[in-house]
Amino acid sequence: MSIEHILFGAFAVLTLLSAALVIFAKSPISSAMALVSTFFFLAGVYVLLWAHTVAALQILVYAGAIMVLFLFVIMLLNLGDEAPSARMTFSRILGGGAAVGLLAVLSIALNRVPKDVASLGAQEQTFGTLRTVGQAIFSTWLLPFEAVSLLLLVAMVGAVVVAKSRI
Amino acid sequence: MYPIPWLALFLAAALFCLGMFGVLVRRNALVVFMCVELMLNAANLTFLAFARMRGDNIGHVSAFFVIAVAAAEAAVGLAIVIAVFRSRGSVNIEDIKTMKH
Repeated sequence: MSIEHILFGAFAVLTLLSAALVIFAKSPISSAMALVSTFFFLAGVYVLLWAHTVAALQILVYAGAIMVLFLFVIMLLNLGDEAPSARMTFSRILGGGAAVGLLAVLSIALNRVPKDVASLGAQEQTFGTLRTVGQAIFSTWLLPFEAVSLLLLVAMVGAVVVAKSRI
Repeated sequence: MYPIPWLALFLAAALFCLGMFGVLVRRNALVVFMCVELMLNAANLTFLAFARMRGDNIGHVSAFFVIAVAAAEAAVGLAIVIAVFRSRGSVNIEDIKTMKH
C-alpha cells in the first residue's frame, strides 16, 4: 500500500461524499459549497495523475471563477430551500435506477481496460507541467485554442444580452 | 495493487452517475447546473486518467478545453436562469413548461 494509493483512496471517498452532498443538500448555498470541496478534492486526484497544470486550472477556474458566478446568482435570486414535490418519489426511483444501471454498464466496460500504465521514463520531470501542456496547446492545438477564446467572447456577450432586462 | 489511473476511471464513472442522478432528480435549475458541472468533471477525470495511462499529453489539452467550454456554458446557462427567474419568478424546472408540447 503506497502513500499514493492511500491519498487516492482518501481523495476519492471525499470527492464522492461531497458530490453526494451537492445532490442531497436542501439549500442551493450548501450545494454550491459542497461543489467547491468536490472540485478541491478532484484537484488532489488530478495531481496524483501527474496533471499538475490541470489541477491548478481546476482550482483557479472551477473553484474560483465558476463557483463565484454560481454563488452570485444564488444570492441575486434569493432562493430558499426546495419544497418537496409529490412526483419526487417516482422520479427518484427512476433516476436512481438509471444511475445504477449506467454505473453497472460503465464498470463492466472499464473492467476490460488494460491495467498497464505507461512508464514515463525520460518525461518523468516534464509530464503534465505547464511547459509541456503549453507547448502542445500553442503548437498542435493552436486553432482550437483560438476557437475557444472566440467561444468565451461570444459566451460573455451572450450572457450580458440574455441576463440584461432592457438593452 | 491496482494502478491509480485505472482506479480513477471508476471514480470518474461513479462521479458521472452521481451527477446524472442529480440532473434527473433535482428540481432547482441551479442545482441541476451544478450536477452538470459534476458530470463535466467526471469526463475531465477520464481524460486525465487515460493521459497518464498512455503517457501522453493530449488528454491534458482536452481537459483544458473542457474547462474552457464549461466556463462558457456556466456563464450562458446562469444568464438564462436569471432571465427565466425574471419572467416567471421561479427556478423550479417543473414550473417552466411553456415549451412543453
